[in-house]
Amino acid sequence: MSLLSRIFGEKKKTAAVAKERLQLIIAREHGSGTRGPDFLPALQRELIEVISKYVSVNPEDIKVNLEKQDNYEVLEVNIVLPDQAR
Amino acid sequence: MTRVVVVTSGKGGVGKTTTSAAFASGLALRGFKTAVIDFDVGLRNLDLIMGCERRVVYDFVNVINGEAKLNQALIKDKHCENLFVLPASQTRDKDALTEEGVETVIRELEHMGFDYIVCDSPAGIERGAVMALTFADEAIVTTNPEVSSVRDSDRILGILQSKSKRAAEGREPVKEHLLVTRYSPKRVEEGEMLSYKDVQELLRVPLLGVIPESESVLHASNQGTPAIHLKGTDVAEAYTDVVARFLGEERALRFVAYEKPGLFKRLFGGN
Ligand SMILES: Nc1ncnc2c1ncn2[C@@H]1O[C@H](COP(=O)(O)OP(=O)(O)OP(=O)(O)O)[C@@H](O)[C@H]1O
Ligand SMILES: [Mg+2]
Repeated sequence: MSLLSRIFGEKKKTAAVAKERLQLIIAREHGSGTRGPDFLPALQRELIEVISKYVSVNPEDIKVNLEKQDNYEVLEVNIVLPDQAR
Repeated sequence: MTRVVVVTSGKGGVGKTTTSAAFASGLALRGFKTAVIDFDVGLRNLDLIMGCERRVVYDFVNVINGEAKLNQALIKDKHCENLFVLPASQTRDKDALTEEGVETVIRELEHMGFDYIVCDSPAGIERGAVMALTFADEAIVTTNPEVSSVRDSDRILGILQSKSKRAAEGREPVKEHLLVTRYSPKRVEEGEMLSYKDVQELLRVPLLGVIPESESVLHASNQGTPAIHLKGTDVAEAYTDVVARFLGEERALRFVAYEKPGLFKRLFGGN
């Protein structure tokens, strides 16, 4: 760091950069389930089984996602029904 | 009631063994009957840090395999009356640790009236590390103020919350403590190192203490004397505070603020 940039503090301190990067990566890793429950694949499988009893759906039309928002988690289930099912 | 405490981190070389030795010694100095177990099978080091390497005859794996009795393998510490070391095997790998074997040893230590069992975890998130935390009641998550160590600590917290017996059996979760080690207040002040507050904010685990980066740690390991015994050094004081806090006493954080050596100090010395 040059003396000038030191005086004017134009460059961000590396510790602050480290903290920002960690905040992002930890949030992402929690979201992807590294720290959360790992029941999502099983839940998805069972949902497909149950729904297939009533309508024919493609396995890829059912999406299960767990998202972390501050203090609570949101379980999002997205099912796309084919047109002829209705 | 025996409490099992794992010293863990995910990342290697952050100070787990240094901490296990100092912490176990500190508990023993406070009068608790304490065992410290080296789970780093294949790379044993705790015996060197405790200064008992020449007295190792049998090890943890010998006991698990029924080749030796537990009390034949336990080594009495040279500094503390009620402290015992269970060394790791150097010739086996971590698969030699079975869950049943580890459980048997821990139960037997309970029967022998130990107050605390300190488990020095190997690095990583594989078998050895998982075995070290499986029976834990409390965990000291040892973290350096540095990106990869913080991330790995986060991973190991996730494993504690999923793979420990307490988690698997749905009992009260493992009590987590954050220990920030190799801390340099000067570099934090200069914005080059994460502060202990940053680390705590990222990991969201109650802070047990901060151990400064210190040359004394090398002196301690050179001699095979746990750092807590080096009277008057900052690390010894910091580890003594950690033990006190662990036992529920209030102790203000020390060695976390950087004081620029002022003119007065430079002229007259002293602290
Ligand atoms: N507070 C400290 N100040 C300076 N050096 C330290 C400090 N704590 C640990 N060290 C040094 O860091 C190195 C690694 O320490 P230690 O063996 O305790 O780490 P570890 O986490 O047990 O490593 P591993 O993952 O290989 O088992 C050693 O050389 C030790 O002397
Ligand atoms: Mg070690």
